[in-house]
Amino acid sequence: MTSVLDSSSAPARHQGISRPPPFRSDPATPPLVRFEAVGKRFSGVAAVEDLSLDIFPGEFFALLGPSGCGKTTLLRLLAGLEIPDTGRVLLDGQDLASVPPHRRAVNMMFQSYALFPHLNVEGNVAFGLRQDGLPKAEIAARVAAMLALLKLEGFEKRKPHQLSGGQRQRVALARALVKRPRVLLLDEPLAALDKKLRGETQFELMHLRQKLGLTFLIVTHDQEEAMTVADRIGVMDQGRLIQVASPPEIYEQPNSRWVADFIGDVNLIEGRLLASGAGCATIMSASVGRLEVATPAEASTGDTVWVALRPEKVRVSHTAPADGLGNCVAGKIWDIGYLGDISIYKVRLPDGFIMKASAANMTRLIERPFRIDEPVWLSWAGDAGVVLTR
Amino acid sequence: MTVEAIIKAQPLPRARAARRPLGWWLLILIPYLWLVVFFLGPFLIVLKISLSQTAIAQPPYTPVLDLAGGAHGLREFFNALSLDNYALIASDPIYLLSYARSVLIAGISTAMLLLIGYPLAYGMTRAPRGWQPILFMLVVLPFWTSFLIRIYAWINVLQREGLLNQLLLALGIVDTPPAWLATDTAIYIGIVYSYLPFMVLPIYATLEKLPEALLEAAADLGCPRWKAFWLVTLPLSLPGVFAGTLLCFIPIVGEFVIPDLLGGSDTMMIGQTLWVEFFANRDWPAASAVAIVLLALLLVPIMVYQQRQMRQLEGRS
Amino acid sequence: MRKTSWFNLVSIALGLAFLYLPIVILVIYSFNASRLVGVWGGWSTRWYAALLDDQDMLDSARISLAIAALSATAATVLGTLGAIVLVRGGRFRSRVLFSGMTYAPLVMPEVITGLSLLLLFVALDVDRGFWTITIAHTTLTMCFVTVVVQARILDFDTDLEEAAQDLGCPPLKTFLTVTLPLIAPAIAAGWMLAFTLSLDDLVIASFTTGPGATTLPIRIYSEVRLGVKPEINAVCTIMITIVAVVVAAASLFGKWRVGSRE
Repeated sequence: MTSVLDSSSAPARHQGISRPPPFRSDPATPPLVRFEAVGKRFSGVAAVEDLSLDIFPGEFFALLGPSGCGKTTLLRLLAGLEIPDTGRVLLDGQDLASVPPHRRAVNMMFQSYALFPHLNVEGNVAFGLRQDGLPKAEIAARVAAMLALLKLEGFEKRKPHQLSGGQRQRVALARALVKRPRVLLLDEPLAALDKKLRGETQFELMHLRQKLGLTFLIVTHDQEEAMTVADRIGVMDQGRLIQVASPPEIYEQPNSRWVADFIGDVNLIEGRLLASGAGCATIMSASVGRLEVATPAEASTGDTVWVALRPEKVRVSHTAPADGLGNCVAGKIWDIGYLGDISIYKVRLPDGFIMKASAANMTRLIERPFRIDEPVWLSWAGDAGVVLTR
Repeated sequence: MTVEAIIKAQPLPRARAARRPLGWWLLILIPYLWLVVFFLGPFLIVLKISLSQTAIAQPPYTPVLDLAGGAHGLREFFNALSLDNYALIASDPIYLLSYARSVLIAGISTAMLLLIGYPLAYGMTRAPRGWQPILFMLVVLPFWTSFLIRIYAWINVLQREGLLNQLLLALGIVDTPPAWLATDTAIYIGIVYSYLPFMVLPIYATLEKLPEALLEAAADLGCPRWKAFWLVTLPLSLPGVFAGTLLCFIPIVGEFVIPDLLGGSDTMMIGQTLWVEFFANRDWPAASAVAIVLLALLLVPIMVYQQRQMRQLEGRS
Repeated sequence: MRKTSWFNLVSIALGLAFLYLPIVILVIYSFNASRLVGVWGGWSTRWYAALLDDQDMLDSARISLAIAALSATAATVLGTLGAIVLVRGGRFRSRVLFSGMTYAPLVMPEVITGLSLLLLFVALDVDRGFWTITIAHTTLTMCFVTVVVQARILDFDTDLEEAAQDLGCPPLKTFLTVTLPLIAPAIAAGWMLAFTLSLDDLVIASFTTGPGATTLPIRIYSEVRLGVKPEINAVCTIMITIVAVVVAAASLFGKWRVGSRE
């Protein structure tokens, strides 16, 4: 997987915008949003189960998971469009149980945009401000400023059906943002856009958040999107939070096979824990043989564990590595996937296990260095993998 | 472009081949001809007869168009036509009162239908999903039952010794049973009763299509329930309201059965006037003139209705 | 967040009660042994028995059913053609006129249509009776069929037709084997609608009738003008029952078909 965290791979016109430093939760800062053991069932099926989560002011938090994992339900619980069966939802320490959606200081950008067809752009964006009873002059000023910020000047009098998909999305965003909510909720906002537009909009969202100093909560099933925009990611499955961490942590230190497999590509090597000591562990695997991992394993000797190894950390070579680069194994090239910037090599080990290795195509040669059925050696450093116990 | 293709909100208009097979034109021709002969054509005949005089003959009007008479016959024919019937309508207050009364009753009943029908349609959309087809069928079922029967059923209820009075007497609300039949009240009850499905169904169809997300967005942006209804639901339901209003108002103006069975004989609605002119007075030309004037009166609403239907059709096909 | 407030429940309940109460009362009174509405004489089916002896009434019923069946069938054919033309016809000259003629009868007061058709028949010197009523009903009801079928055609997925043609099916065959079966429920609904409207029509039938063609509504109407009659209650109950059974069966059949397809 290409490293989306490398700023040099960002589109040229974003080079000048410095990415805000990775979010660090200061233990002293109280959470802005707190979900306390929240549960919600629909027709007997649990959409969200016993879920607790803190979201801090100023962060861009992503809820990531497969369809039906409950992430949208969690979003709607915060917006007030659903009522939790168990647990509490708190905003700024205040229990939202008695607060109906129209009185909550959160605003949502809907997946379908939900623009009012009978109002023009101006009417849509001003709608929320009118409910607050603000003076007309102020409403007009704020609407104009927001439209300028989102590059919608000139579109004020257009109706939604006269706008393109991207423009409608901006209006939906403007409408939610203009009320300066404590938290902006985004329900799969980029799902309907094509890849290029999606990429550009992701960066714009990050830029907006930083500029306005708001807290964003985004729901998405697209892991690349979550990795790009989020300060922290909450990975969900079947109504439960599996792991909450920053993108690098989620990627390099998954807490389970499920998370390791869900995010990006991974080799999961099953084996028996032979020894675990200060800062390293030794595992015996039927496919790969003896593995050394430079992180301790929280398991007992003899337990079944898995080593999660990302393909880009595995080196492919024609000959066995001369330096004692820890782990290595021999196999045959089974399949090659050419992605343009990288190539993914599937290597079949003697016992049939298939390992993936990926390498950037550093040269412009059309002829690739490896061919199918060619015998090769795979090698990786001791600290390249992580031991997983579940 | 990919955005529209992905979202696919409205099907795009399909480009049609300019050439059409002969069979296609024949296909269009069949219903087209039928309607021209049996719907459009007769109106011209009505127009002609409205310009004629009544006569004790078969047919009971003169002049009669006889093509065998040649050009001379035609000239005589046209000379014999006159606007006498229209002069009669303009001068005799009975007719003008009848038109005015019909429009008034139609207007008031349409308003009543709206007041009753809108909450009913709205309630149907708020019902649990599983119930909606059943509710829909329940509202439509009386419509399938005979119109005449349902009006007749009201006679049962409204007559002097009928159930309504029995109920009122039992509850002690009145001492002597009032007369409900042969009153305007009975006409209104009958009209509202018969036309309710025509008001409810278009409004229900429009409300049903309203995406729930719009109301959630309104709530999210700070609208309590009643305000969201007023600012979002109501404006977007107006097309259905217009359709229902036209669908009711226009035929009610010309209504005959209801005022005849349930109403009194003091002033008649225009449908009754036409009937009496035709069947009782045997004055076909006068009846035709009444019909033409009624048609002229309703022409604008009819065209508005037809325009809206076509626009809806264009929007969807 | 679809909550049903008590206001909604009350409005639905009141609306439905209003719609059904007179019918229910009528049905109950058709079993009233006493002639008088004010008096309840106990349960009896004597009025139904009296119906069977009433030859005139039975004749009228037969005539009405025949006219309804014939005009409904003709109206369904014409109305379906009209719907196809309107939806798929694209733009042709006088399309506006055609659509105007299609939608106008929906709202046109029946006295006007009835009068105009009668005058047409007189001008053509046609004997009025069974067939003139049938033609009149066909003209009136075909527009309703058009509206119903057109709605279904609009919802119809044209990809299916294009797939059939891509696989080698000529247009006419595609229409008969692909389109028609799928819009058949709407056509059937249109037939039922036309049937009911014809069976029920009073005004147009009165204008266009002739000797020996007294339809059931005409007969009921002439009797009803003189006041409530228990035999009429019985006739009405029978008609209501037939319609209710047919409509319920149709909707169940529709559900069964949808269920079996899933």
